[in-house]
Amino acid sequence: MKKNNRKLRPRLLPLLTLLAALLTLSGCHGSRGMEAFRIPEDFDTSRDYEITFWAKNDTNKTQTDIYKKAISDFHELYPNITVNLRLYTDYGRIYNDVITNISTGTTPNVCITYPDHIATYLTGVNIVVPLEELFADPRYGLGGSELRFEGPAQAEIIPQFLEECAFNEHYYAIPYMRSTEACYVNRTYVEALGFTLPEVLTWDFVWEVAEAATARDGDGTYLVNGQKVMIPFIYKSTDNMMIQMLEQKGAGYSTAQGEIQIFNDTTRELLYTVAEHAKTGAFSTFKISSYPANFLNAGQCIFAIDSTAGATWMGTHAPLSDISEEALVEFETEVYPIPQFDPDTPRMISQGPSVCVFNKPDHQEVLASWLFAQYLLTNEVQIAYAETEGYVPVTSMAQNSARYQDYLSRSGQDNDTYYDIKIRASQLLLTHVEDTFVTPVFNGSASLRDAAGQMIESVTKSVNRKETIDSAYMDKLYENVTSMYRLQATMQATSDKKDLGPLPPMAAALLAGLGITWLLIGAYVAHGAAKNRKKRQNHH
Amino acid sequence: MKKGFIATLALALVLALTGCGNGEPDQDEKSEGVMTYAEYEAAALDTQVVIEAYVQAKQSWWENQATVYAQDKEGAYFLYNMACSEEDYAKLTPGTKIKVTGYKTEWSGEVEIIDATFEILEGNYVASALDVTSLLGTDDLIAHQNKFVSFKGMTVEDAGNGSAFMYNWDGSGEEGSDLYFNVSLNGNTYTFTVESYLCGADTEVYQAVKALEIGQTVDMEGFLYWYNGVNPHITSVTVK
Repeated sequence: MKKNNRKLRPRLLPLLTLLAALLTLSGCHGSRGMEAFRIPEDFDTSRDYEITFWAKNDTNKTQTDIYKKAISDFHELYPNITVNLRLYTDYGRIYNDVITNISTGTTPNVCITYPDHIATYLTGVNIVVPLEELFADPRYGLGGSELRFEGPAQAEIIPQFLEECAFNEHYYAIPYMRSTEACYVNRTYVEALGFTLPEVLTWDFVWEVAEAATARDGDGTYLVNGQKVMIPFIYKSTDNMMIQMLEQKGAGYSTAQGEIQIFNDTTRELLYTVAEHAKTGAFSTFKISSYPANFLNAGQCIFAIDSTAGATWMGTHAPLSDISEEALVEFETEVYPIPQFDPDTPRMISQGPSVCVFNKPDHQEVLASWLFAQYLLTNEVQIAYAETEGYVPVTSMAQNSARYQDYLSRSGQDNDTYYDIKIRASQLLLTHVEDTFVTPVFNGSASLRDAAGQMIESVTKSVNRKETIDSAYMDKLYENVTSMYRLQATMQATSDKKDLGPLPPMAAALLAGLGITWLLIGAYVAHGAAKNRKKRQNHH
Repeated sequence: MKKGFIATLALALVLALTGCGNGEPDQDEKSEGVMTYAEYEAAALDTQVVIEAYVQAKQSWWENQATVYAQDKEGAYFLYNMACSEEDYAKLTPGTKIKVTGYKTEWSGEVEIIDATFEILEGNYVASALDVTSLLGTDDLIAHQNKFVSFKGMTVEDAGNGSAFMYNWDGSGEEGSDLYFNVSLNGNTYTFTVESYLCGADTEVYQAVKALEIGQTVDMEGFLYWYNGVNPHITSVTVK
């Protein structure tokens, strides 16, 4: 009854078309765009500014309270800047609303978002502010002299997290929080099945245990839990599942230039594996069955993979729960990184919200927005928010602070602030930052991500419906997914960017002609300017 | 004479009830290849189902997918993310008869039809609310899942924040978010929801729930949605 927020599962790609159409129609913000942002010499404190901040929370009141406190504290420091908060619980809806508002010039000033989404916003001209010059500004930049708060220097933002916000040769965002995925394991059941948890969880181990857990008696009751329901392995975000498996396998997903490589043989092999285990009932997904946490906590799941930012829902004594007290089962929970193909070189995704600043005609207003965005990186905000879930702060300043270290050291002291599963989830990422990766960001990358997950969802659903999963099925699936997410357009655009060989002679001649024309124009203008200078000198 | 009169009356009654009197087909009769509600109920999960029912309420439309409450005279259906153009969505007014082909599935206890397509048929039926107050807390309630129902004489309780309602389940939302409120009957408390896609901030019920006070007695109507237990999506509230 609580976090049932599946009501919006937007397919993002068609929005690209919408955005393109809107931008085409609105020449004002589309073809010419706004004037590029320039940093004002001084921040004009004699004026009042009202800025909007669209924020995402995990349907978590503490998080919304932290946003509100940050806004209030910031207002005390900058009484002339009022920040209006608009809350979302879904990145997809923020994305949708931003796109709708780009065409009308009513984007928010500051927005929590994903880099994939920003790549789409960049379809418009000067919509999102590139931040590198603001980072470096000695007065208002990161750690700048004129700031009324102690913010991090650029070097104090964890480099991997900051790099995730760099694409198209600019920084278009700052990281806000980071998480990865964790495998929350019912150790009690694993051991009851006669297995011993390894140091590093592998896919083979997870599949083997999951298959063993499907054993039932003649009555249909699962032997491991004595219940009628058991889905041993449930994955929340199947897009991440596919992306991480491909990364671990060293197989193609996409290039930084946006070349789509996902439709390869490794993907097929992975989908056959998914089908094999869906068929026995060993595997399912959030979209098909429901939240992994609900099944895990009811003793109906053994391996629940979800974000570390979902840790407060995991385990018998989780502070947040969607199921009744009577349905809870007592078991020991382990927190592992996601399963690996090669335990010696673990790879896991880095994810989490970033913050972008939208451009406005009033550059003072943009500067005010940047000041607020930067304020979100202060220790006060970073540590408070990180403590709400299995997030980690994005600055070394916050991570190394005495307050945060003290927080980590209190793991398990209670089942609320110091809930051990939550703190272990944070520590998982802190110890594996070097093993994280992100997928390339380009216009269309959000759709490719959706397509990656859709293939796992489709195969699992098809197996449940007793359809045949064979080569013909896979061919059709690739075709359907390409069409559904309009990947053909992205593939074509990339293909057009590829080296097309030497220019045809006619084109080369035309270009040479153009070059010569420009040179002649330049020479004529220079000649005229020299004559004018002479005239002015003679006049004086 | 008397016998003849009774026979005539009986014949007239039968004709009236079956609708044969005006020569039109019985709109409640299922078409060829369409399941009765009993057959739908008996169908296994993940199997294809074909049903005919009448739209009772529309919850949302997004990217050519509609989520709809539908009902026939025997039972109710939740049609989740059914393929639907925006143009067709406008035609799905309460009472509209549709034929739906999709897959029966269950998500957190909610039995629904997904991956569905539909066509609009001739016919109209708007269900009256079935009073299920006495079934609250019993195993019999789930038999009425997704139906348009009513709850009568319940008492508004503290939502957990000293107020009669909360935005989202934990108070993390704001105007426009789902509203959660608690109502009790015979010492048992239940959480009801105003689902913001079904009934947004501009609806009467949304504003009525915001105006509730702890201790008030209310009658309510809504759809019997399920999420890990009963979680009615309320569409009207009347303070007694």
